[in-house]
Amino acid sequence: MIAALGVTFGIGTYIIMMGFMNGLNGLLDGLILNRTPHIHLYNEVEPTRFQPIDMWQGGKNTIKVVGSIKPKSNQTRIHNALPLIDYLNKQNYVRGATPQVKAQAFYLAGSTQLNGVLIGVDIMKEAELYNLNDYITEGQALDLAKNENGIIIGAGVAKKIAMMVGDIVQVSSAKGEIMPLKIVGLYQSGLSDIDNVQSYINMKAAQRLMGEKDNFITDINIKLYALERAPKLAEEMADLFDVAAVSVQSANAQFETGSTVRTLISYAVSITLLIVAGFGIYNILNMLIYEKMNDIAILKATGFSGKDVKIIFISQAIIIGLIGGILGLLLGYGVCVIIDNTPFVTPALPTIKTFPVVYAPKYYIIGIVFAMLSTFFAGYLPARRAERIDPVDIIRGQ
Amino acid sequence: MKILEAINISKSFKKPIEFQALKDVSFSIEKGEFVSIMGKSGCGKSTLLYILSTMDTDYEGKLYLDEQLITGQTSNQLARIRNEKIGFVFQFHYLLAEFTVLENVMLPAKKLGIKSLEEIEADAMHKLTLLGIQDQALKISSRISGGQKQRVAIARALINNPSIIMGDEPTGNLDSKNADTVFDIFKELSEEEHLSLLVVTHDQDFAKRTDRIIHMEDGRIKL
Repeated sequence: MIAALGVTFGIGTYIIMMGFMNGLNGLLDGLILNRTPHIHLYNEVEPTRFQPIDMWQGGKNTIKVVGSIKPKSNQTRIHNALPLIDYLNKQNYVRGATPQVKAQAFYLAGSTQLNGVLIGVDIMKEAELYNLNDYITEGQALDLAKNENGIIIGAGVAKKIAMMVGDIVQVSSAKGEIMPLKIVGLYQSGLSDIDNVQSYINMKAAQRLMGEKDNFITDINIKLYALERAPKLAEEMADLFDVAAVSVQSANAQFETGSTVRTLISYAVSITLLIVAGFGIYNILNMLIYEKMNDIAILKATGFSGKDVKIIFISQAIIIGLIGGILGLLLGYGVCVIIDNTPFVTPALPTIKTFPVVYAPKYYIIGIVFAMLSTFFAGYLPARRAERIDPVDIIRGQ
Repeated sequence: MKILEAINISKSFKKPIEFQALKDVSFSIEKGEFVSIMGKSGCGKSTLLYILSTMDTDYEGKLYLDEQLITGQTSNQLARIRNEKIGFVFQFHYLLAEFTVLENVMLPAKKLGIKSLEEIEADAMHKLTLLGIQDQALKISSRISGGQKQRVAIARALINNPSIIMGDEPTGNLDSKNADTVFDIFKELSEEEHLSLLVVTHDQDFAKRTDRIIHMEDGRIKL
């Protein structure tokens, strides 16, 4: 019974560790990934890679040098953006492609002008793909969709210009166009650099502010079904559409590394836990055999073969593994529920109220399978010893 | 009919020093005979008993049980033979402490697996009745007295109706009253059920009342 408790604690802590650590991991991943498109298409300002002199076929043994290359003046809008989005949305690996109009602007508050970025979006699609609602602390995405001249303003901006939901904020474009917008919501991403600058408005409003037509689109954000395919697809899209394409992996390389390291740590910890639990079981079964020496001797004397004794001990180990494992899953689940309901308030993550916990069936399956396997192996060695015990030694030793 | 026959049994221990424990021991036991082996400690009587019991296979010579050669069989076959044909009573009772008296008695028969569970249970109750402890049948075996435990051990030895009962100081741990009871049970089994018994003992009084005493000295039978 005590042996079963050993398994229970081992498996229980494993479930808690995996649930909690992956919950936190998911939270941190979500912090970046929820808002980051998997592939971001835009027009980069850069010098042309292919210079006219490269077309010259003559002078094979000469080195061509072009000095002082300047970036090509390029329009910020993506050429043929609307058909391109249609095409992307039809691809089966794309979960959604959304257009954005990024506008440099100033928030006007009396005599001060605050630098800012207005992002014109299709707010409902954006909310669906990038969980935008999680970061809107007041109001909701729908309010912006309903009000053509609405703005969901960055929380930092709102604080600086001392405005709240319901107020009208004046924004001016880089070209001097001024436009009043009604604040319908507050946006807080948790990254103050963004909250101090960025606001969401409707795409039409952004196009109007820029003085452009409705095919003016500066960025396309793509969310894929499989995050891992992003780098390769980004390369393909860059070639195909002649735009700059950045995958989430290259945009957030440091985040990728962090995520990998965290996963590694959680695996290392859980493997350690499981190994410790395994040794505990081994020890307990070993002790059990010393305790049951007499019983083993009499079983053998009355005609049980070594094999029978081995089977008895292995089945005992497996029963311990099964009972302990199931109790461990329950314990792990119970503690996970408690953690899940523990308040966890952080200004960076306005929508998170309690600690995040993952209840993936995967961990529960791994837990029970490991409990069974480890008790089997931990039971096998002692059982083999029991098989070989010579009853004469025991009985004569008394 | 010879139940047990030993021919030129020799055994030597290599550890801690080379030592010959048994030297060409030969004897036989008839059906229904009650035999005791006596001798000083270290004379090889227990060693002999464990060879005869088939648990010790490291010896020279030949051993027949029920006119069947035992020597050289595999350990699984020997386990089967012990289960079916030999009943053991040791100085210590060796009951499984967590099981009831009845379950302890039934265990070897369950292993043999010839009879149904109901038959085995009836048999076990019958043996317990024979030994006068049927009222203890459902108690946990660690909760009964020493004399009762030894009787349960005898009932367990009898459950498969063996050809021979072997005992290693079966009364060694008992007071004289309980020792007498155990002896009477053995005597009765030998006379009424024609069971063969082979008992190693230190107890002069016990030995004197058996059919035949085999005296041993320095690994040989003293005639």
